[in-house]
Amino acid sequence: MAKKTIPCTVNGKKREYTVDIRSSLSDMLRGQEGLDSIKHGCDVGECGACTVLIDGKPFNSCIYLAVWAEGKTILTLEGLSDKKGAISDIQQAFIDEGAVQCGFCTPGFIMASVPIINSEEPTSRDDIRKQVAGNLCRCTGYEKIINAIEKTQHKRIEEKKAK
Amino acid sequence: MNIIGKPLTRVDANEKVTGKAKYTGDLVSPHALIAKVLHSTIANGVVLSFDLEEAWKVPGVVDIVTCFEVPDIQFPTAGHPWSTEKKHQDIADRKLLNTRVRFYGDDIAAVIAEDDIAAAEALRKIKVTYEEYTPVFSVEDAMKPGATTIHEEKPNNVVVHSSYEVGSFDEAIKEEGLIKVEGDYDTPFIQHCHIEKASSFAYMESGKIVVVAATQIPHIVRRICSQALGVGYGDIRIIKPYIGGGFGNRQDALTEPLNAFLTTRVGGRQVRLEYTREETFACTRIRHAMKFHIVSYVRKDGSFAARSIVAYSNQGAYASHAHALVANAVNGFRMMYPVGAIKGEAFTVYTNLPTAGAMRAYGIPQIGFALESHVDDIIAKTGFDPIVFRKQNMMKLGYVDPMTTITCHSTGLSECIDIGEKHLDYTNKRKLYAKQTGPVRKGVGMAIFCYKTGVYPISLETAASRMVLNQDGSLQLQMGATEIGQGADTVFAMMAAETVGLTMDKIHVVSQQDTDITPYDTGAYGSRQTYVSGMAVKKTAEVFRQRLLNFAGFMLHKDPWDLDIKDNFIVHKNKTERLLSVATVAEESCYSLTNSEHISAEESHHCSDNTYSFGVCFVEIEIDIPMCQIKVLDIINVHDSGTIINRQTAEGQVHGGMSMGLGYGLYEHLEFDQKTGRMLNDNMLDYKLMTPMDTPELHVAFVETDDPTGPYGNKSLGEPPTIPVAPAIRNALLNATGVAVNSIPLNPEKLFFASRDAGLIQ
Amino acid sequence: MYDFKNLYEPTSVEEALKLKKEHPEALILAGGSDILIQIREGKLAGCDLLNIYGLDALRGICMEEDGSLLIRPLASFTDITMHPLIKKHIPVLGEAVEQIGGPQVRNIGTIGGNICNGVTSADSAGTLKAYDAVLEIASIDGTRILPYADFNLKPGKVDLRPGEILTGIRIPKASWENTYGDFIKYAMRKAMDIATLSCSVNVRLSSDKKKIERLRIAFGVAAPTPIRAFTAEKSAEGHALNEGLLKKISEGVLADVMPRTSWRASKEFRLHLVEELARRATIASIEKAGGKING
Repeated sequence: MAKKTIPCTVNGKKREYTVDIRSSLSDMLRGQEGLDSIKHGCDVGECGACTVLIDGKPFNSCIYLAVWAEGKTILTLEGLSDKKGAISDIQQAFIDEGAVQCGFCTPGFIMASVPIINSEEPTSRDDIRKQVAGNLCRCTGYEKIINAIEKTQHKRIEEKKAK
Repeated sequence: MNIIGKPLTRVDANEKVTGKAKYTGDLVSPHALIAKVLHSTIANGVVLSFDLEEAWKVPGVVDIVTCFEVPDIQFPTAGHPWSTEKKHQDIADRKLLNTRVRFYGDDIAAVIAEDDIAAAEALRKIKVTYEEYTPVFSVEDAMKPGATTIHEEKPNNVVVHSSYEVGSFDEAIKEEGLIKVEGDYDTPFIQHCHIEKASSFAYMESGKIVVVAATQIPHIVRRICSQALGVGYGDIRIIKPYIGGGFGNRQDALTEPLNAFLTTRVGGRQVRLEYTREETFACTRIRHAMKFHIVSYVRKDGSFAARSIVAYSNQGAYASHAHALVANAVNGFRMMYPVGAIKGEAFTVYTNLPTAGAMRAYGIPQIGFALESHVDDIIAKTGFDPIVFRKQNMMKLGYVDPMTTITCHSTGLSECIDIGEKHLDYTNKRKLYAKQTGPVRKGVGMAIFCYKTGVYPISLETAASRMVLNQDGSLQLQMGATEIGQGADTVFAMMAAETVGLTMDKIHVVSQQDTDITPYDTGAYGSRQTYVSGMAVKKTAEVFRQRLLNFAGFMLHKDPWDLDIKDNFIVHKNKTERLLSVATVAEESCYSLTNSEHISAEESHHCSDNTYSFGVCFVEIEIDIPMCQIKVLDIINVHDSGTIINRQTAEGQVHGGMSMGLGYGLYEHLEFDQKTGRMLNDNMLDYKLMTPMDTPELHVAFVETDDPTGPYGNKSLGEPPTIPVAPAIRNALLNATGVAVNSIPLNPEKLFFASRDAGLIQ
Repeated sequence: MYDFKNLYEPTSVEEALKLKKEHPEALILAGGSDILIQIREGKLAGCDLLNIYGLDALRGICMEEDGSLLIRPLASFTDITMHPLIKKHIPVLGEAVEQIGGPQVRNIGTIGGNICNGVTSADSAGTLKAYDAVLEIASIDGTRILPYADFNLKPGKVDLRPGEILTGIRIPKASWENTYGDFIKYAMRKAMDIATLSCSVNVRLSSDKKKIERLRIAFGVAAPTPIRAFTAEKSAEGHALNEGLLKKISEGVLADVMPRTSWRASKEFRLHLVEELARRATIASIEKAGGKING
């Protein structure tokens, strides 16, 4: 099948992948970069487990063609840790708040929450729910996930104020 | 206790928030062959022939195997401990691929190809000729004389019919002045919806078939694969990595036996068999739909004189766990209110629908809905107080079940009810809300439950644990019991740390089970692991600790019986002065030129006891009658699960169970085409799993009792939270509108017809 | 991996139109949230795709000199909800598409894809119908203008002829000016769902806010394609804001709709919802316009 070279930025690194044009973005990132945090729960954009950020916005990478990634900046869960592997505040909050159970939806949830925690203004719990409504979890009832997102956002806003 | 009871973070949390935790699909080779299953497009009939010509032409096809080529062996799939008594063995009623088709979606052939596109294309090109029979989808139709026999071993389609009687029902109802209340209650088919699909891959190594699979029960799956293929247990090796949820669906052999067979067709090359979401819905397991007829006779003093139940369980195409679930349901009917004469009767019936199996709380969500709805129907008819009535009749401390001998060793149910009542101001609100008119109304409801902790004495309860001392004084913990998201690894680590005397950072849990290496355990089901496998951890830890102390005693020239371990140090019993670090003992025990001794322990535990956990759900709802919508305003679950080992993970279990219960009560049900039997909503869009926006804030409280039979006073918690939610919502609707809806889910269309029939909608 | 054969990737609208003429069978891939799913299901396996997702000329929202609002077809649902012109002039459209799927789907899904699928449940369709949207449809041979009212031919089939691509959606000023709208999506859950029924209403009140000057009402899933309820609209014209108005609208909408029974919902239930949603969306629109029933 036809192949194409896709230049893009993945987790801060400039990359060029040569892919079968039929690949999804998740195929490309899992297959060529080993970014296994991207999970497939439905393959049709209904569960959110494959969520990555493209130019800062959440997308389901399972229904995003790899060829569309040309020139885009992509962030996956692996990109949230710093170069030495220290995890980010939102990941730590998922641990501390007990927001993780089986863990399969966790990467997608954390990625969907990144735009929320970057918000300048506090987001209500109802709005947090709305902004992660594209992600399904069967283990947690979402309660502790919402707690983790809310606390991280508040902490960030407090830190910004302090500066 | 030092560690037990602390709200510690999970031992696997870091792996999971960084994406490092490996699930089945993360371990598969990029060069694996891809297998896909051809499912039948009729619900009842026989495969006459295949035309494979076009399929074989698809580039990349490696092998096609049909139902005419698999071993002529019928095998069972249920994840029960094997019974060496033939009459207690699970029903062996399916083959790896089936010529006799029994539901729309039955496995009839498989393609192995170089990639998924080729495999999918080849599947589309296989032509099948069937002989079709009239399918039956309901228990009523399947039991009618003349209905097609689905399995020749059960000519009338009844898998099992059982009954019991405690006291004499017929005598008891002769009493003067009894109030009779009667009702029919229905529960739907639903699906587990773990976010990781059904998935495995298989290959051959050193003459063995290795299957890496998302399963709750690796040791049992090994047995089932060996039975299905007709090879020795030792010829099969099952590896279970992290799994993306189970909820009982994976307490069954799913893709593994066929996958094990397929690798043998291609010379042991790695073959991946991952179901799509649609297949995971229709071709794995679902929760049994059950119908109940309940009759109660109540005295004017509010006590039960007699109760009876008849239950029908729709099994679908294959036996799987079969009658065990509805038997559990009618037993639960007896146990919750063990007052007066009680009789029960249950039928499990084959139909041409997907196969029902285990799902969180194993028949009790079904009976929980029926029974607790029925109790509020009694309340509505008699005017008794719902809390007083329940407390008067519910199971009390010391109860010994006459059929199973399971004993109530501890109960905090009464306190659970009090906490929930107070949280909601239930009694006052209930009176207030009963008088409402208008299109938008509020209501409060409650429901209680009891739940057996393990499966004894119905089935074997056995578990084992292994501990190995590392040279730095840390401990390697290996369990046959499985982490499936519920937090088992974390509580086992806490138990090991508590009993040995180490800190949590010194416990390394080997999360993965490998049947070639791991100690034996039947696996994750029945809320058994903290109770049964936890006792194995405790026993192993005690032996391990003594061996450590013996060596320390030798090093210190002291009697080991005078020594203890606290926070990684050897101390005198009842003293705090640190004599020696465990790390020093470990190093010396390994490298001593004179007395090297490798400290480890492995113990198994045969559990021959059981105990009940309890709980309650209180809920307040608002119903917009013309919009046919229920909104949950407040909800709390209060649980007596004995000692809470880890409050954080325990709360998480309760939240998840409540969410599943909310879905069961309000949204979830599987729909089937009434002509073909095809599942219509076999995807995450059409199957209404609750999203974050649909889920209310969830409140949790615990009443901690100290159960004398639990390893640390603990009882079951994993499954129970899902039980009481649906009936509590239904009872809240009754409070709000006076309308008793006796089937779930209480979805908008059902509310529309119920409100219209009651004259609330013109 | 998606099972399609050829992927045509134009870099300009002109090239896209040329390719569409050369390969009329190639399916237009906008955001893919429907087409890729149907490829995976096998329904469209082996198809050819004309990938226009990268054509930024087909993206964006602006106001033209005559005051028409022009929405290019690749505007995502998120773009529409967030856009200041939409927020200011037809917020109901932004509110409608904000109820589609979840954030991820709203980021990839496009309004052009939504209406070109031709399904009755399309969440943007009702509001666009109720605002008398006009479509700009281009081929290499020229451009034609088509009222959106005439676009849906039958379920899943729209009036796009061989070689044609939707290039613009216009809402004329006369249509949106001084109107207030409300959209209700009725579904089984609050996110990630398709409508059981949807209703989009917009009103223009008389200057004293006592009467309906113009009322428009459209439904999704109340018929095989998205529809306007003209009988109801007509009966509302000039009507005072009272219960009588709501009664007339109820009677009118029932005359206009023809919902079906499917496994998702029965006709009876949908008919009940038709009345209830029309009533609620009408009241809400009137209130947004500063009026009050019986006020």
